[in-house]
Amino acid sequence: MNSLRMRLFATLVTATGLVWLAAIAWTYVDSRAQFESILDRRLMEAARMVDSLFTPARAGAARQAGGEGDALARVVSYDRHLSCQIWSLDGRLIGASDGSPDPVLSDQHEGFSNRVVEGQAWRVYALSDPAKGFRILVGDNLGQRRQLEHGLVESLLFTAGCVLPILAPLIWLSVGRGLRPLNRAARDLAARDADNLERVETGRMPSEIRPLVDALNRLFGKVAAAREHERTFLAYAAHELRTPLAGLKTQVQVAMQAPGAAMRDAALAQTLRAVDQSARLVEQLLTVSRLDSGGRPTAIAWIPVEERLRDLIAGMGGVPTPERVALAPALTGLEIHMDEDLFDLAMRNLMENALLMTPPEGAITWDAALGAGGGATLSITDEGPGIAEAERALVIRRFVRGSRRAKLGSGLGLSIVTMALEQSGARLHLDGRGGGPGLKASAIFGPGLARRAPPATARL
Amino acid sequence: MRILVLEDDPVLSDGLVSGLSLHGMIADCVATCGDAVSIFDATQYSAAILDLMLPDGSGLDVLSHIRARDDATPVMVLTAIDAVADRIAGLDRGADDYMGKPFDLGELAARLRVMIRRAAGRASATFVWRDLTIELSSRLVARAGVALNLSRREFALLEALIERPGRVLSRSQLEARLYGWNEEIGSNALEVHVHNLRAKIGRDAVETVRGLGYRIREDRA
Repeated sequence: MNSLRMRLFATLVTATGLVWLAAIAWTYVDSRAQFESILDRRLMEAARMVDSLFTPARAGAARQAGGEGDALARVVSYDRHLSCQIWSLDGRLIGASDGSPDPVLSDQHEGFSNRVVEGQAWRVYALSDPAKGFRILVGDNLGQRRQLEHGLVESLLFTAGCVLPILAPLIWLSVGRGLRPLNRAARDLAARDADNLERVETGRMPSEIRPLVDALNRLFGKVAAAREHERTFLAYAAHELRTPLAGLKTQVQVAMQAPGAAMRDAALAQTLRAVDQSARLVEQLLTVSRLDSGGRPTAIAWIPVEERLRDLIAGMGGVPTPERVALAPALTGLEIHMDEDLFDLAMRNLMENALLMTPPEGAITWDAALGAGGGATLSITDEGPGIAEAERALVIRRFVRGSRRAKLGSGLGLSIVTMALEQSGARLHLDGRGGGPGLKASAIFGPGLARRAPPATARL
Repeated sequence: MRILVLEDDPVLSDGLVSGLSLHGMIADCVATCGDAVSIFDATQYSAAILDLMLPDGSGLDVLSHIRARDDATPVMVLTAIDAVADRIAGLDRGADDYMGKPFDLGELAARLRVMIRRAAGRASATFVWRDLTIELSSRLVARAGVALNLSRREFALLEALIERPGRVLSRSQLEARLYGWNEEIGSNALEVHVHNLRAKIGRDAVETVRGLGYRIREDRA
């Protein structure tokens, strides 16, 4: 049963029915006991009343004139349910009420007893009066008693039978009414536009469904953030991809319309620059998608950091004066366990960034520190403008450039570094230079990824 | 026509400067919003071209700044983000026109001319003054039906003066219209251009207002 309303309805109706049945059963048991005691007391009282009314003189008169017996009988038959017999202590029937069976109702001299007389069950109270010389027996037909009790149960069952059909629709309606806020919430949600990621208002909502709606709201929040992120990414990507194209087109148009050779040549030179810029961007985009698609790493090895960085510096092209990059002594002998291509990619991008950001006279330094358990931090410090602390988390996103960005940057460099490092179990950390503007970009390698190679003398 | 260009891509801003000069416009380039705001506060431009994504903010912030000063300079927003919602946002914040990158240089120049013309309250792209006909789009000037050959500066000078006949433009105002920042201005360069212009369109067309500057007579005989 998937409908909450049906479930609640079935549960409530069953519970109500069971409560009624239990009430009937309890009423029956309880009232039966009360009945018995009330009727028993009535028997006792009737016997005492007969005893007080019936004197030895009357008994004698009755014995003498049989007609008196009828009067006596009338006296004692005040209740048609009751039967009364009066026996002399020597065993003679002195009198009996109308409808009383002929055989003796009880052999007992005192107290209650149950007996079957002439096929009928009787409850009999016996009272002996030795002073007057007779014994009074007052009996109740048990069949009639049972009928009374059954009548009571029947009326209770009848009431229940009438009430339950009335209660059922009322329960159905109340359940529906109680579930109305749920329906309203469902309707509100169903009526929302697909791109509406506003919070659902929970102010008037019942507390039972609030956790559900809160969870939905959290989900909406996440989706909205993801969308916003995507939107920003697209905006940045569009900017980075279209701007060089716009520059290219404009310069080509200038070259075509230029009245003189000087203007045309200048425009063509700019065109070349725009093409270089676009080519670099395409190269970086391809690198990003290669890193995205995974399937790496392949060539993990212990990389001698100092030698490798020297090779990278020698191979740098397209950026101004890579010769000014200095290597700190701490790098000597340091080895990093990493995929070689990813190492080159990350370090070259970090170095390019530093070279592009730092003015020609500024210094750039590679340094390293060994951490605990075979970890290491490999860092490059530049004397460029640095990245504001608030922007440091943003610039590693794709296409996002810092506000003090280089003319040649595409906003992909640090994303590439981050991806390359993360695929190797390392991470990128950006910090200020400390003591002046500049950026310190650190690749942090976890335990087991770095080691100090044996001293050079040993290798010789 | 002097245009302020806010664009941080060096190739594109260089292209805009030389490209707009081909259409008789002088463009000054800035690369940050901060520079744009301070330049705007100091100089009167015929129009501005604003990029949206800049190192220190959005061109729309510059736009809001100049509109907040009740400056009605026509503004063209030029950006890579050209989704409809972004265009609407740009126009609603006070931009006069919107072009997505990459764009056509000729179309950009034409739209700039339209914006400038509308801002001056003219519907036609052609000026008629006495027997002179001046077409801003093709930069053709004719006198009594005969085409005149005006240099770039002479045309800019005529264009500045003809916009509001009768209004006096000072020497520095005219120099601002004729030269970009980086151009060196000779001490009597303006006088030379005025002299040459007079020789072509008529000696009495450009009147010297002593101590104030130059104007074109208001009478349209």
